[in-house]
Amino acid sequence: MKTVTLTLTNPSELFIEGQNITPDNFAGRKAAEIAALDVWEGKQKSPLGKYFTVEGDGGATAEETKIVLRGDCTRVKRIGQQMTAGEIVIEGNADMYIGGWMKGGKIHVKGNVDSFCGIGMEGGELVVDGNAAHHLGSSPRGEWRGMQGGVIRVAGNAGNDTATFINGGTIVIGGDADIHISTHGEGGTVIVKGNAKGRVGGQMVKGDIYVYGTIENPLPGFSMVDEVEQEVDGETARFAHYIGDLGERHPTSKGKTVYANLYTKL
Amino acid sequence: MSELLIRNGFVFDPLQGIKGDRMDIGVKDGKIVETNALSSPKTIDAAGMTVMAGGVDIHSHVVGPKVNVGRLFRPEDKLFKSPHKSPTCNRMEMGCSVPSTFKTGYDYARMGYVFVNEAAMPPLHSPHVHEEIRDTPIIDNAAMPVFGNNWFTLEYLKNNEIENNAAYTAWLLRATRGFGLKVVNPGGSEAWGWGLNCANIHESVPYFDITPAEIVKGLIETNEYLGLPHSVHLHANNLGNPGNYVDTLESLKLAEGYAPKNDFGRDQVLHLTHLQFHSYGGDSWGNFESRAKDVMDYVNTRDNLTVDMGQVTLDETTTMTADGPFEHHLCSLNHLKWANVDVELETAAGVVPYIYSPKVKVCTIQWAVGLEIGLYAKDPMRTFITTDHPNAGPFTRYPQVITWLMSRAARDATMKTFKWLDRTIDATSIDGIDRELGLYEIAQMTRAGPAKALGISNTYGGLAPGMDADIAVYALNPEDMPSDPAMIEKAFARCALLVKDGIVTVRDGEVVAEPAKRTVWVDVKVPENAQVQRDIYEHFLRHYSVKLDNYSLFEEHLHNPRVIEVDTTQ
Amino acid sequence: MPKRIENVGCPYCGVCCDDLVVTVSDDGKKILEVENACAIGNQIFHHATSEGRIKLPRLRQPDGTYKDISYDEAVDYAAKVLYNAKKPLIYGFGSTNCEGMAAAAKVAERAGAVLDNCASICHGSSFLAIFDNGYPSCTLGETKNRADVIVYWGANPAHAHPRHMSRYSIFPRGFFTGKGHKSRKIIVIDPRHTDTAQVADIHLQVKQGYDYDLFDAFRTAARGHEIPAEVAGIKREKILEVVEIMKKARFGTIFYGMGLCHSDGRNHNVDIAISLTRDLNDYTKWTIMAMRGHYNITGPGAVWSWQYGFPYCLDLTKKDIAHMNPGETSSVDLAMRDEVDAFINIGTDAGAHFPIEAVKHLKKHPWITIDPNICMASEISDLHIPVGIVGVEVPGIVYRMDNVPIQYRKVIDPPEGVISDEELFERIHKRLSELEAEETAKGPAKAAPEGARAEE
Repeated sequence: MKTVTLTLTNPSELFIEGQNITPDNFAGRKAAEIAALDVWEGKQKSPLGKYFTVEGDGGATAEETKIVLRGDCTRVKRIGQQMTAGEIVIEGNADMYIGGWMKGGKIHVKGNVDSFCGIGMEGGELVVDGNAAHHLGSSPRGEWRGMQGGVIRVAGNAGNDTATFINGGTIVIGGDADIHISTHGEGGTVIVKGNAKGRVGGQMVKGDIYVYGTIENPLPGFSMVDEVEQEVDGETARFAHYIGDLGERHPTSKGKTVYANLYTKL
Repeated sequence: MSELLIRNGFVFDPLQGIKGDRMDIGVKDGKIVETNALSSPKTIDAAGMTVMAGGVDIHSHVVGPKVNVGRLFRPEDKLFKSPHKSPTCNRMEMGCSVPSTFKTGYDYARMGYVFVNEAAMPPLHSPHVHEEIRDTPIIDNAAMPVFGNNWFTLEYLKNNEIENNAAYTAWLLRATRGFGLKVVNPGGSEAWGWGLNCANIHESVPYFDITPAEIVKGLIETNEYLGLPHSVHLHANNLGNPGNYVDTLESLKLAEGYAPKNDFGRDQVLHLTHLQFHSYGGDSWGNFESRAKDVMDYVNTRDNLTVDMGQVTLDETTTMTADGPFEHHLCSLNHLKWANVDVELETAAGVVPYIYSPKVKVCTIQWAVGLEIGLYAKDPMRTFITTDHPNAGPFTRYPQVITWLMSRAARDATMKTFKWLDRTIDATSIDGIDRELGLYEIAQMTRAGPAKALGISNTYGGLAPGMDADIAVYALNPEDMPSDPAMIEKAFARCALLVKDGIVTVRDGEVVAEPAKRTVWVDVKVPENAQVQRDIYEHFLRHYSVKLDNYSLFEEHLHNPRVIEVDTTQ
Repeated sequence: MPKRIENVGCPYCGVCCDDLVVTVSDDGKKILEVENACAIGNQIFHHATSEGRIKLPRLRQPDGTYKDISYDEAVDYAAKVLYNAKKPLIYGFGSTNCEGMAAAAKVAERAGAVLDNCASICHGSSFLAIFDNGYPSCTLGETKNRADVIVYWGANPAHAHPRHMSRYSIFPRGFFTGKGHKSRKIIVIDPRHTDTAQVADIHLQVKQGYDYDLFDAFRTAARGHEIPAEVAGIKREKILEVVEIMKKARFGTIFYGMGLCHSDGRNHNVDIAISLTRDLNDYTKWTIMAMRGHYNITGPGAVWSWQYGFPYCLDLTKKDIAHMNPGETSSVDLAMRDEVDAFINIGTDAGAHFPIEAVKHLKKHPWITIDPNICMASEISDLHIPVGIVGVEVPGIVYRMDNVPIQYRKVIDPPEGVISDEELFERIHKRLSELEAEETAKGPAKAAPEGARAEE
């Protein structure tokens, strides 16, 4: 694995759109070639090297390429977008769309991220040590095929609209989550280790949600059916088991109606 | 204006019966002329290439409210799917299954098309349709207002008042600057106002007490009474359901006994559109099967009928139709987002995304049904290539459809991708058809035939002197056709040259000019009709939500018109 | 002789009344009388010929005052601002015609700007719901002719859309609704006891911010499942009663307003309202409609959808492909995050409507206001360009709240020399093209706009 280190030395006036910052695009390129890749600041297209110093060459393939971002990337969007393999480490904060439409590989953000991170995710791993804003692991506007696979872990809190239209994969939020989790979901798992504000599982068809803390405003469309003991994210606990959203359509499988499951820790 | 001489191409012009002769085509002042009428033309070498008239699309949903709903409510149809703007075009090109107006114009031009007939215009929305026509570059457009669920039409036809219906029809064509009579799920879309449908052509429309069969017959009589360029253009009842070929045959038989009456060279009295969606057997999705042969056997024997295919292209697309109850039904099958627009006194519309997957048996049977229609056609001048864009697939897939029709190998290659190949073969006859169409037949099905059926073959669809200089050149040598079907598709996707109105518009597949496009409409002169005037006044006073004087299109909102005049008072 | 002009469209709200009769003075310069309009519509017409109209563009001077300049100078200034900015934002369009919107899009595409309309702070949340869940709707005449149950949810047309109830929903006698009001059941769902709630048969006083929960209860009950004894402050029995009325309707329409699409959850409230409408279509016929605010705020959503496939929040900065993602490319978000470096406010008043923090960020950069009138935005701008009032002085197509296009007329000429939005944008487009050509000829030397900045 070869490491390319990008250091933001000449910050932009506006925001930078860095969809080219992926192991896929860096693979097979020397440092100077990487510095020549395009990034956008509004309508202005510039080489990456205008803002970042680039040290190290890419590996032969995406899988063998690691990217480390240093400096304050709070105003850098789209890092790791559509990446398929390899690794990205962001030493501080980053802006929107980090790991958006990601198919494989790993992104580790040591600070906070803004909205739309991990949207349309198909595979790979996105780890955020701080907080994530809204639409974490959600689906892009209008797309009914939301998150398909992969894992998102946020140690802190998440904003609203986590996992809209989720179809697969797992999202683990260490802290609290704001309103709307797994709205329109048809699969996948969301685990909230803190509290959830409300609208948990609204219009949900299938899939699982675990809330360890409290749900401030539970929906009327969820109904408790039993208590279960389950192993979740490596630990076993007892949960109250609800099914829902009873207001939504539900498929049948082998003659039985399939509902979404909501588990709250007892 | 400049002169052009397109030299030495293999010319296919079914309107003149020219079958691949090596000829020169002269162009002067936007019209085709005899080559000896040219003085100093710019010469374009078309040696080794196929020359046809510009393409004519008889049925495509490209402009208007429901198309725009399809664009608006599918942002995901743009994400990572739109091409980057071409440096040779004026505007960006966004969208995939429902392209922007700009992309629509450019892509049709790249395929060598010059005329597209918008398949359904809700009359109340005609200013919207004409705004979009303005923003659709290059191609000439016409738009057909819908009549089959219009309260005036239902009331007049219930009482068998053909003359009154004709006067109203003439008024509406003028008010909307429309082209012809479109009929969508006659009676059924009105029933949808109450959440209902007409299950077959003999089921009465709620309140109006008239059957779909009576509506269609009444409209055929109206159309021939007026002598319009185009015939009644019918989207028949019971679209998309197993066993509907029975209803389709019944609908087609409604034309029996009627003869065309017009001055535009049109021979049919009924055009039944997207026949693929109407040629199904079985009584459930489990035993769903093709009945294309039964339907085409009938069509082949009736000279007063034309049809178009509505070929399924096996893509993710966006369905949209004035058949409101059908779209609701579709949404209950695939559970995707559903838009619906019922239009007061006139029509309805629905829009639902749909994925035609090669992994789904029904979809691959539908694919076969469409091609069977094209391949069973005895008269390609009466059977046209469409995808009912975007319903069965985007129009940008026409080159693929042409290739399937021209090449058994292309069909076989596609069938290899089917998950349920054996069941598809069992439920259809596609595997038993070896027929491969030739370039002359393709020219019949994509320009000469549609132009004749639309009644515009004096201007479009051919290469005779005096016609519009709309000429498409494809990099295909009929004497040395490529063995790889992909090369045929490539040639039709990006024409080597398109001349539109005498202006070189596409070169090597790239749009290089954007000549002014036209709006084609039909202006019918009828005798004064006091009763109809009064009926119009009354309905606008009491039931419409807009004022009569604001309903008719203002002249300033009609863009570069080409009017076809019909005078019934003579 | 004063001239009476009939069938005039009203440039106030999304109801788009097109039955106004305007009487104009003999010399065609003064509006004497406006019939059929509500009080607000009436005022718009009379205001047009009142004293104090701005007739020339005004450029900010070093001493903070405005100086009149020519349209050519204003066009040059605007073109240079757009040309030099990295990410200019063009926002507004609540009050102009579709022709102006199409011309503005041409400018935005050429300049590489973000193009947004007032839906961004209004019914934009409805668009998000439509993207995700569709929109089973109808034209207003359908409601008038067929509806026997009307729901107003978080909407107060008695004040915001004064003639909505009389023209389309509660009171009119239509083809199948000859008894008018008597044949209809009216349900109002609103935390406040509004004037609209006064005419309701049933008023559900939903707890503020719990609309989503109430919809979920409706849907759950409609499918025959148990619901809690009380949801969102409404008793179970009442919910079940309303569900039955909805299921047994012959034709129903849910009209919803900002009370729904801007209370907690925003787009999701609309989204689940759409789901309920879908569900009800399994039993009978139901439709839903957003109570769009301005008379042509539906217009930009239509025009830009056919031009780009997106109704609002269009990021055209790449000049070769459009991108839309409200939350990122929406005007207030862009302003709050300091993502743009020039601002054109057209046919609206961002100065009054945007959060103060957003205005402060925008004020760091050039700000141009295009509007017939003096408004808060025009007073904090660097350049104010007056234009003719659409529907009064400029004709054109507008889209009613139900997406029906209405052809508007002009009743008087604009003040002498004042041009339309469309002409203004066409001229800016031409100037932009010239600047591009100049740059190609000269190399990258930039022509900076001359003028002073308004104080921040």
